[in-house]
Amino acid sequence: MRASRLSLLGLCVALTSSVFAFEPLPLAQQGGVSQVMLTCTACHGDALMGVAAAGFPRLAGQSADYLAKQLYDFKAGKRSNPFMQQFAAGLSDQDIQSVTRFFAALPAAQYARPNRAAAASDLGARLALRGAWERNVPECVSCHGPGGVGVGKTFPPLAGQPAAYLANQLHDWQKGVRRNDPNDLMGHIAKALNEEEIQAVSDYFAGLPAGGAR
Amino acid sequence: MKHLIPFALCLASAATAHAANIAMEDQSQLPAAPAKAEHSEWFQPPHEKDLPNDGFGQLVREGRAIFVDTRNQAGEYVGNGMNCTNCHLDQGRKANSAPLWGAYTMYPAYRKKNDKVNSFAERIQGCFQFSMNGTAPAVDSHIINAITAYSYWLATGAPVGKALPGRLYPVVQEPAGGYDLARGEQVYQQQCAVCHGDNGEGQKAGKDYVLPPLWGKDSYNWGAGMHRINTAAGFIRHNMPLGKGGTLSDADAWHVAAYMNSHERPQDPRLIDGSIEKTRDKYHADDGVNLYGKVVNGVMLGQGVD
Repeated sequence: MRASRLSLLGLCVALTSSVFAFEPLPLAQQGGVSQVMLTCTACHGDALMGVAAAGFPRLAGQSADYLAKQLYDFKAGKRSNPFMQQFAAGLSDQDIQSVTRFFAALPAAQYARPNRAAAASDLGARLALRGAWERNVPECVSCHGPGGVGVGKTFPPLAGQPAAYLANQLHDWQKGVRRNDPNDLMGHIAKALNEEEIQAVSDYFAGLPAGGAR
Repeated sequence: MKHLIPFALCLASAATAHAANIAMEDQSQLPAAPAKAEHSEWFQPPHEKDLPNDGFGQLVREGRAIFVDTRNQAGEYVGNGMNCTNCHLDQGRKANSAPLWGAYTMYPAYRKKNDKVNSFAERIQGCFQFSMNGTAPAVDSHIINAITAYSYWLATGAPVGKALPGRLYPVVQEPAGGYDLARGEQVYQQQCAVCHGDNGEGQKAGKDYVLPPLWGKDSYNWGAGMHRINTAAGFIRHNMPLGKGGTLSDADAWHVAAYMNSHERPQDPRLIDGSIEKTRDKYHADDGVNLYGKVVNGVMLGQGVD
């Protein structure tokens, strides 16, 4: 596990240096989407479905607007990740538009979609489906949709994302290195959660069974 | 009891809007909540995990499910995109968000406007007709029984007939210069549109609304309590943006409540003879601060949308 994570990171570093770090070029001059795709698939998986072991998120089927905002936010330093910030720095507006539209059109797996009506026995399910309102933490599904399916251009899918990715994001919000959410809607929630809750709710969404049924 | 059932069926089957169909005409409010003593807790409803595994526990669970997923679980009585919990946050448990534990113990209650004593069941019927823009399930239906059982359970240990702190939405003082629709639009675009959409249309995942529509055909109708600007201001001030209640000023809560309620929505089902003016004079003239039948930007509100 450790070795595979390191080798993936190594690959990313290599790609970072060769493709983007020294001479950022518009996509077209690098061979278009296919060249960028090579770079992306190295970490996000062949079908861009993410790599759970490494905590690299799924991009396939995500909202193009949401993904584009993340790339701009990496550029602007409102979201922190050394590799992604470097990749994003080399992308033109046109690149970002092309690549995010491409990702959005890719098929994504379907997961179960429990909503607030579902039973919630463990800690992760309780946070997802009931919230922790005594601390003003709404149910995750109240914005991210049933099963965290994702809603519109603002609320990304949580279902099937690697637990490590979800936990990393909550940690980044806690630390203030991710601060690209509208009106601090997510930041204040992350800051209200303890470590056990972060792990539990991340595991909950990562572990939702496949299938579109409620 | 038996002879009431055909009567209720008649009410439900006479589909078109007519005042005689309305099980509960009055949307005015009962006594306001007293202030909470300093350092004291809000009333604490019981925990879901403590529900017994018997017939009662089962009915309470079903009531909870209807309350949070109304469109799917009681769809034939819902005429819009709302769920009960959209206006009663935290499954009807949250103080200052019209919690069910604050309502259950205050019924039956006499209301002078319709000159009768309303049962709690009739009060829930009112929610279905106005806030849900639908039709009222019969008083002895499973849906009303289940929601009543859920409310009763949430009120476990609450004193009967005593207004508790945290019930209803708190009263928020109207700004000295009155509300300002232009400022309300600003607040809306900055704070609300990210979830509810640029035009109050809400947002869906598949066929289900996740973030509720605030005006238009899938929102609450002109007879719902939330159509009053004063009521909406109280809700917004203490509960919106979701998870960040208490962050808007009193004045901004009023401005944005007025902006929200200056848009068209489904007709008041009590509409009299097709006349907005008659309906306004009978039901809206003495019902808090509202814009039904008022002219805004040259257009009279209260036309309704289908």
